[in-house]
Amino acid sequence: MPNRNASAARTRTVILIVLLAALHLVILCAGFVAPYDPAAQNRDLPYAPPTRLHCWDASGFHLRPFVYAWTPTDDGYREDQTRAYPVHAFVRGDSYSFLGLADTNLHLFGVDDPGKLLLFGTDAFGRDEFSRVLLGGQISVAAGIVATAVTLLVGTLVGVIAGYYGGWIDEMLMGTTELFLVLPWLYFLLGVRAFLPLHVSPARTFLLLTCVIGLIGWARPARLVRGVVLSARTRNYVLAARGFGGSDFYLLRRHILPEAFGIVLTQAAFLVPRYIAAEVALSFFGLGVSEPVPSWGNMLSALQQYSVLISYGWLLAPAAALFVTSVMYYLLADALHSRLESR
Amino acid sequence: MKVIARLSLLVCLLAAICAAGTSSTGAPAPQAPGKNEELQRVASVSGHYGGSLSIGQRAEPKTLNPVTESDSASREIIGRLNADLIEINRATQKTEPALAKSWKTSADGRTFTLQLRKGIRFSDGQPFDADDVVFSFSVYMDEAVDSPQRDLLIIDGKPMTVTKLDPYTVRFTLPKPYAAAERIFDGFPILPKHLLEKTYRDGKIAQAWTLNAQPSEVAGLGPFRLKQSTPGQQIVLERNPYYWKVDRDNHRLPYLDALVFLSVGSEDAQVLRFEAGETDVISRLNSENYNLLVKEEPRAASQLADLGPSLEYNFVVFNLNDLSGKKLDAVARKQAWFRDLKFRQAINSAVDRDGIVRLVYGTRGTPLWGNVGPGNKLWVNQSIPHPKRSVDTARQLLKSAGFSWSKSGQLLDASGQAVEFTIISSSSNAQRMKMATLLQDDLSHLGMQVHVVPLEFRAVIDRVFQSFDYDAAIMGLGGGDADPNPEMNVWMSNGTSHLWNLGEKQPATDWEREIDQLMQQQMVTLDYAKRKRMYDRVQQLISENLPFIFLATPNILTGADARVGNFKPAVLDPYTLWNADELYIRGAGMENAGVR
Repeated sequence: MPNRNASAARTRTVILIVLLAALHLVILCAGFVAPYDPAAQNRDLPYAPPTRLHCWDASGFHLRPFVYAWTPTDDGYREDQTRAYPVHAFVRGDSYSFLGLADTNLHLFGVDDPGKLLLFGTDAFGRDEFSRVLLGGQISVAAGIVATAVTLLVGTLVGVIAGYYGGWIDEMLMGTTELFLVLPWLYFLLGVRAFLPLHVSPARTFLLLTCVIGLIGWARPARLVRGVVLSARTRNYVLAARGFGGSDFYLLRRHILPEAFGIVLTQAAFLVPRYIAAEVALSFFGLGVSEPVPSWGNMLSALQQYSVLISYGWLLAPAAALFVTSVMYYLLADALHSRLESR
Repeated sequence: MKVIARLSLLVCLLAAICAAGTSSTGAPAPQAPGKNEELQRVASVSGHYGGSLSIGQRAEPKTLNPVTESDSASREIIGRLNADLIEINRATQKTEPALAKSWKTSADGRTFTLQLRKGIRFSDGQPFDADDVVFSFSVYMDEAVDSPQRDLLIIDGKPMTVTKLDPYTVRFTLPKPYAAAERIFDGFPILPKHLLEKTYRDGKIAQAWTLNAQPSEVAGLGPFRLKQSTPGQQIVLERNPYYWKVDRDNHRLPYLDALVFLSVGSEDAQVLRFEAGETDVISRLNSENYNLLVKEEPRAASQLADLGPSLEYNFVVFNLNDLSGKKLDAVARKQAWFRDLKFRQAINSAVDRDGIVRLVYGTRGTPLWGNVGPGNKLWVNQSIPHPKRSVDTARQLLKSAGFSWSKSGQLLDASGQAVEFTIISSSSNAQRMKMATLLQDDLSHLGMQVHVVPLEFRAVIDRVFQSFDYDAAIMGLGGGDADPNPEMNVWMSNGTSHLWNLGEKQPATDWEREIDQLMQQQMVTLDYAKRKRMYDRVQQLISENLPFIFLATPNILTGADARVGNFKPAVLDPYTLWNADELYIRGAGMENAGVR
């Protein structure tokens, strides 16, 4: 029943791609989906738990959900039920830059002031955790994707050259990959950060660190691609094409690279979540983007404190987001891999 | 999620329990008080013998040597092993007789004649007399030994002299009168000459009494003596059977058989161990951990105490160092702003100190407008104004200093340059990092673009003290004694902690010159009221000229197991164990009652 298996794998792949696309779309439009500015502090609401959505009150059922405001008490917060704030769609709020194109203050949903819609609660500064998870996702996911792109670009190039030309070029390049594989990259990054001046804008820190992560990671895909190229090079149809006078470039483009395409795609799906996690690790060590710009990594570093970890469970939201994203990517990698096998 | 977090913590705890050593048994019985011993009777204290206390230390102690110690973990242990001539009672903040049973101060305040206790012995049973005192102080003052405490014994550039008048009388002569007077003797443990003289002669005193020292090599006059040291894990102290204090009923102190100091590695681990009942006493808690323990108090039955504001002050310091000759043009350019008093006043006015107290200290803290806070009742200048936070005032100040705002709200200086700078702070200090984030937000309301840069602690120290490659830093100082003298090195223009402008050959400003004079004067003035007036003026000058922008001080938060009797935590270091000789375990060790 190979056909049935193949079509199941195809369906699975498509579903995962659609889900991932939706996730990335939400993160891309984070400013619009998030109800608040991720850096806006509410100093009266530190560590407020997630706002509860209500549909029922004394007067019965309401189709439009509503929320109550949190009132601080001696040991936390309680709902102030004297006034209900209905949730509206397309509200005006904090201004933000939509996709870097235009400034706007339109948000997908929200409640009227002074009510607050805090879906994931707030952090130590009373900042909306939900908005921060979305906006933080932009940094974290972008870091994963950019670093993966750099890795695969370098890795494929090196792998193809080494595999195709062989000989001393191959030996030299593969020797270099071995060197890179044994590199203690965390210490290397700590060193890189120490070399930078104090004053580096978050955007530049981000770009630099992702490039460094990407450049360090190229060794493994390079070796994989080399293996594929090596075996493809000696296939009869390649030898035949060469016999007909095909140039190196033609052979690579027409026959060899397509062979490597599958493995590169699988590697991509595998590396993106790994590099998102790398960004988290770096932020955790104070090497990522700095306050008040959120990233999943620097949000999670607040949980280093024991008291925070056990008292304010909602601050684990970025970990949950990271988990969901990673699982989806790994499933996709798995689906792509099994399609590759079944070919 | 909470459940998962708790479960994983439980696993950590189980591992910790397995790793922890067992506490001691078979401590030496206290010697019955002898006729010839001049013992100190503490009439207010009663308790009973037996039991041991465990204390978790967040950092590993570096040494057991009082001559070289400079970290608080070592000091916590060394303080239990040793005794001083005169001690500051941490509860009353007043001096008390210790190894010196009495003393006389000459009319000019320059000589102290101390009567030592007769017949008392070191923890190895050897007698104590004036030779030990003279030996100890010659070691502390020896330039070759370079003890961190040495500076305190050098007054106006000259060392004090110590003379033995008879086996139980010593005279200290100071080159100038010293205002803190006999308080100076607190913190100088008396060393056993019979054990250390040879080591000292061989020039090896700094290498003596490491964590690997054998218990037989170490002796002191403190309530406890070394029993066992396992570096990296624990240090066990047992009762000193010859200790020189007795309680109300003439029973020799201490009550406890043993003290066990466990190296737990971090503040959180310290709290976890205490929560689990593995350790009995905890100090220097942060407010979040304290509140956590308060929530569990009914179940855990512990005695928690919020002692009110500490003597520590947290502040922002701007880099006003002389940068000529250093390649720091970017910083030097920004110094034009930092040097402008109105710029600093604007920041002072825009800081939300209440917000800091609420969000950083969970209301267990106090806002500060000067270097002396309300915790220091004897010395605080009550007339220092406490202006309310006002962004409008701040904006007016900036405007009058020639600053303006761009269309997007960015603050520009007179030459049209955008005001943008970095604040560094130690990444391991979560509280100061939080202050930095709050300050960043406060200053954004003034149109200043502030970048917060967390750095490793050593990197912060290096930039602030050595390379001067920083714009502003959030730091903390103070917390030692309540007296103004330990503050000398901060406020004297040539002081080693004169952070905003280190290494001034002469005072850079008139007000620094005035502070120099006042601080020197107060050091040699014996009359409290006169000294207070001088120190009030110092505080006033500081708050007017703002070399530091003061933020807040945390409360001293401590805790002990409910079984610990005579627990009297204090706002002075070492907050909890200063009366370790009087602590006892309620309801434990009654079977030892006969051993007296």
